Amino acid sequence: MNAGERAFVKSREQAPAPENRPKQMGQGTLAAEALTRRAQCLHGTSDMAAIIRQNPNRPALPDFRNMGTVLRILVTVNLGAAVVAYARAPQLSATFIEWVEATSFVEPYLLLVLAVLWAAAPRLSRLPYSVGAGLVAAITVFSGLALFAAMNRLSPMPPGALTNWMVYGLISAGVLLFYFHLRARALSPAITEARLQALQARIRPHFLFNSINAVLSLVRSNPKRAEVALEDMAELFRVLMRDNRDLTPLEDEVELCRQYLDLEQLRLGDRLTVDWNVKSMPADALVPPLMLQPLLENAVYHGIEPSSTPGTVSINLFLSRGEVHAILKNPYRTAGGNHHSGNKMALANVRERLALHFDAEASLESRVTKDAYEVHIRIPYRTQAANSATGVPTVTGPMPGRDDDSRDASARIAMPEAARA
Amino acid sequence: MPDSPLRVLIVDDEAPARRRLRDLLDDCASALPLAIIGEAQHGREALELLQSAPADLVLTDIHMPDMDGVELARHLLKLPHPPVVIFTTAFHEHAVQAFELNAVDYLMKPIRVQRLLSALHKIPRLKPVTAEKLAQLPTTARRFLSVTERSRVVLVPVEDVVYLKAELKYITIRTSQREYLLEESLTRLETEFGARFVRVHRNCLAARDHIRGFERRVNDDGDAHWEVLLAGVPETLPVSRRQQFVVRDMGRETAA
Repeated sequence: MNAGERAFVKSREQAPAPENRPKQMGQGTLAAEALTRRAQCLHGTSDMAAIIRQNPNRPALPDFRNMGTVLRILVTVNLGAAVVAYARAPQLSATFIEWVEATSFVEPYLLLVLAVLWAAAPRLSRLPYSVGAGLVAAITVFSGLALFAAMNRLSPMPPGALTNWMVYGLISAGVLLFYFHLRARALSPAITEARLQALQARIRPHFLFNSINAVLSLVRSNPKRAEVALEDMAELFRVLMRDNRDLTPLEDEVELCRQYLDLEQLRLGDRLTVDWNVKSMPADALVPPLMLQPLLENAVYHGIEPSSTPGTVSINLFLSRGEVHAILKNPYRTAGGNHHSGNKMALANVRERLALHFDAEASLESRVTKDAYEVHIRIPYRTQAANSATGVPTVTGPMPGRDDDSRDASARIAMPEAARA
Repeated sequence: MPDSPLRVLIVDDEAPARRRLRDLLDDCASALPLAIIGEAQHGREALELLQSAPADLVLTDIHMPDMDGVELARHLLKLPHPPVVIFTTAFHEHAVQAFELNAVDYLMKPIRVQRLLSALHKIPRLKPVTAEKLAQLPTTARRFLSVTERSRVVLVPVEDVVYLKAELKYITIRTSQREYLLEESLTRLETEFGARFVRVHRNCLAARDHIRGFERRVNDDGDAHWEVLLAGVPETLPVSRRQQFVVRDMGRETAA
């Protein structure tokens, strides 16, 4: 089976699974079973057994440069300090004093450790997990020693303070590492899911058949245009059916969107005007594949199709203070009844995938202005070059084992169930 | 009719889809005499066209701006000689199920010439689908109400309707301009349009958007009741005792 066929099988596997599959265990498990059965048919049972035994959850350290990670550490340690303060206070009223006292050493210590981890993050991420975790513990201990020495020189510390520091520091580090490990394990099937979701974000069948119909109408009168349209469709479906787990350069996504909108233009003619503002876009920025296309499809479906008067879809991509911004606008049509129901799903899909890839550093907001519907995406500016230089993974969780042999496809199909089992 | 050519109207909002159908109908013309009387981009245009140039068959897309295919079919039934309607659809799982259930004819896009031809051959034996069956199809509320006046179909945009009042056999449609007579059931209209209208009386639905306020009136016998004040029309509508909660609910809405 070649790659194309595999992709097609995968996309068809999607069909029986309802949209809300990831959330609902009952249906989700059923769908996963169906996938497994299908995979068994395709690859034979012996192969399957090996795949299920595979453990895709290689433990990995969190990305210490991700704002989400940093925020989680800050909140956890400070909560811990509050709990300790409460426990140590003889009565409730003294808790605050204890807490202030605790923070006077907790905060500088915490910030120092975070700073060191930030600096060491690219190197740490390349080490095996156990070595990395050991190094994090070592960083905790040595930062504590250094800070204690410095502060002791300024004002002498009470006896036994150093031991307390070490104990609290190491307990916090241990608890947090365990937490991030669990979180990564919880997210790892989700990352696989991100690929499946990208497939779910795929083009509406309505669009496929209407486009084929439009191409058919051109075959007799304008064969040249029909050729281009078919090439655009092939290109579009190639992207829709491939493994969409990895980030892709923004310019590729833009090219895909152009092809998509060309096809829509063919159907809708003068009714659709596209306004591209991409001159200052960071072409090399890495984005989740199919980040913009489903939103543009929405823009056309909800903003252009319900009206016979022409409308403009505008795309604005730019870089601002280390962040990539994408602003998509389309006319807002209140009339049209059920035409709006599918909108939320595509938005939720893109939002969820942004969260999986970038955690708290990305956002998607939508709003209705006077007569336009606007979606604003904000993601951190990351490039292929920067990633390979520093080795910072582009996802916050661990990447499941990636090998490109032929069983890889079925391994991924089986993964949701294996992860749940 | 076998002698005269089959008169066909094409309705689709996408130009390529119309051209494709035209090509296919041309292919069929050798096997079956037919004449394409025109093309329309949406239901409203089709209805206008058909008032002056009658057709035997309307091939219509379902999803269209301004007026969709199903609504068009419902209005066409009011014509003196309603044409047969065949729906064309690219993909609409649920609609297709409903079509099968109600034996409504449809063709899937892209349409094959053989399928089209066999559908055309059936036309002389086909009768227009009934309004009941059309109402079963999964469709949104109509955008227009249609009334027949001097054998012409007149469309009344639903948003222009101030109130609907059942009187004897008919329903009076009141817009700020004038009144129309409609032969439908008030209960069905209430279900179809849901929140747009509110029932203020057993025989009357008032458009929420046109309600200006309520006024307490005491008649000669000393009984008090509420009257609905409406924007755009001078007359007021009495609120029945059973529907008095409407005054309270809407009063709260406006206060909030």
